[in-house]
Amino acid sequence: MPTISSLDPRINRAGIPEDPETAFIPKEQLDQFHTYEVFVQTKSGGHHNHVGSVHAPDPEIAMAFAKEQYCRRGQTFNVWVAVTSSIFSLDIQDSDFFETVPDKTYREVNDYINTREKIEAFKKSKQ
Amino acid sequence: MNYDSATLQALKSLLYRMADDSLIIAHRNSEWTGLGPILEEDIAFSSIAQDKLGHALSLYTLLNNLGEKEPDIIAFTRHTKDFTCCQFVEYPIGGYDFSLLRHFLYDTAELIRFTSLTSSTYEPLAKLSKKIIGEIKYHVFHANTWMVHLGAKGNEESHERMQTTLNLIYPLALGMFEDIASDALLISSGIYTGEQSIKNDWIERITTVLTQANLIIPNDITPIYGGRTGDHSEYLDPLLKEMTEVFSIDPSATW
Repeated sequence: MPTISSLDPRINRAGIPEDPETAFIPKEQLDQFHTYEVFVQTKSGGHHNHVGSVHAPDPEIAMAFAKEQYCRRGQTFNVWVAVTSSIFSLDIQDSDFFETVPDKTYREVNDYINTREKIEAFKKSKQ
Repeated sequence: MNYDSATLQALKSLLYRMADDSLIIAHRNSEWTGLGPILEEDIAFSSIAQDKLGHALSLYTLLNNLGEKEPDIIAFTRHTKDFTCCQFVEYPIGGYDFSLLRHFLYDTAELIRFTSLTSSTYEPLAKLSKKIIGEIKYHVFHANTWMVHLGAKGNEESHERMQTTLNLIYPLALGMFEDIASDALLISSGIYTGEQSIKNDWIERITTVLTQANLIIPNDITPIYGGRTGDHSEYLDPLLKEMTEVFSIDPSATW
């Protein structure tokens, strides 16, 4: 099967078929590292935020990579790494899953805004 | 800070050795940029190389403050024989086993050296050491992780390659600690603890990590000295030619 040839060796290695109608030949299971998801804590006591992932053979090396990929600039307090397969997410087809009906004001906290002022006003009215 | 001329010379000799080592290993390690075994390691190792270049610049700046020429002039215009880096850092990058072992042996020594220098009586060097010690801690963490991984957690091939390369590289590594006569002045004035003291701590630390990595330090080794007195390997001259190629085209260019 003729493949695209390019000056860029990466394109040549990919073996992309010249004819766009041709299906890719399925590749063997690649001999690659796991991916680890990286979570960086930028403030002392703050949340660890997901920033991306790294390939690594074990958690120690994942940590060595994560530090340099994601903590090179700016202040960092700590880093977590977790094997990607240990992260679970919802399998959601319907995008309205997270929608909330807007007219349920009793579920919102608006009435608790400026509580201090309201208490002061109430105290005053009682004087 | 008023040193007599002999002590000042001894101090400059120390700074030149440290700066030249940093500059040359920075250049060597940066040769892996774009060729690292995987993307993440390529970025990490390149970043470490960049840190080393920064350390070299800081040390050349201290020399400049002591009356030596501008950092760029020192780095790019000296003759090969005027460099005082050890031969260890001059050797080509070889395979990744060679570069990782050099990184491990070199950075462990740097961590000990800079840690000891945080209490140097030469204030600017103590201050610089405190500033860069965190970077070097990461370099050592990165190196230690790979040593244990490839030595103990890899396979037979990785262990075999690491041990063979350790045997090959060890005499060169000992060349980092070549005794310098004028260091006696630095030791007596509390500027530096001297190479022997650094070497003793170094052997202790690398032994701990190499034991975890199932690797054995070779016995009865004759160190490869020479770099400190300008007697370099055949590899330094071509390296300097390449490193100074752009600078030589127009030394007055600003970047």
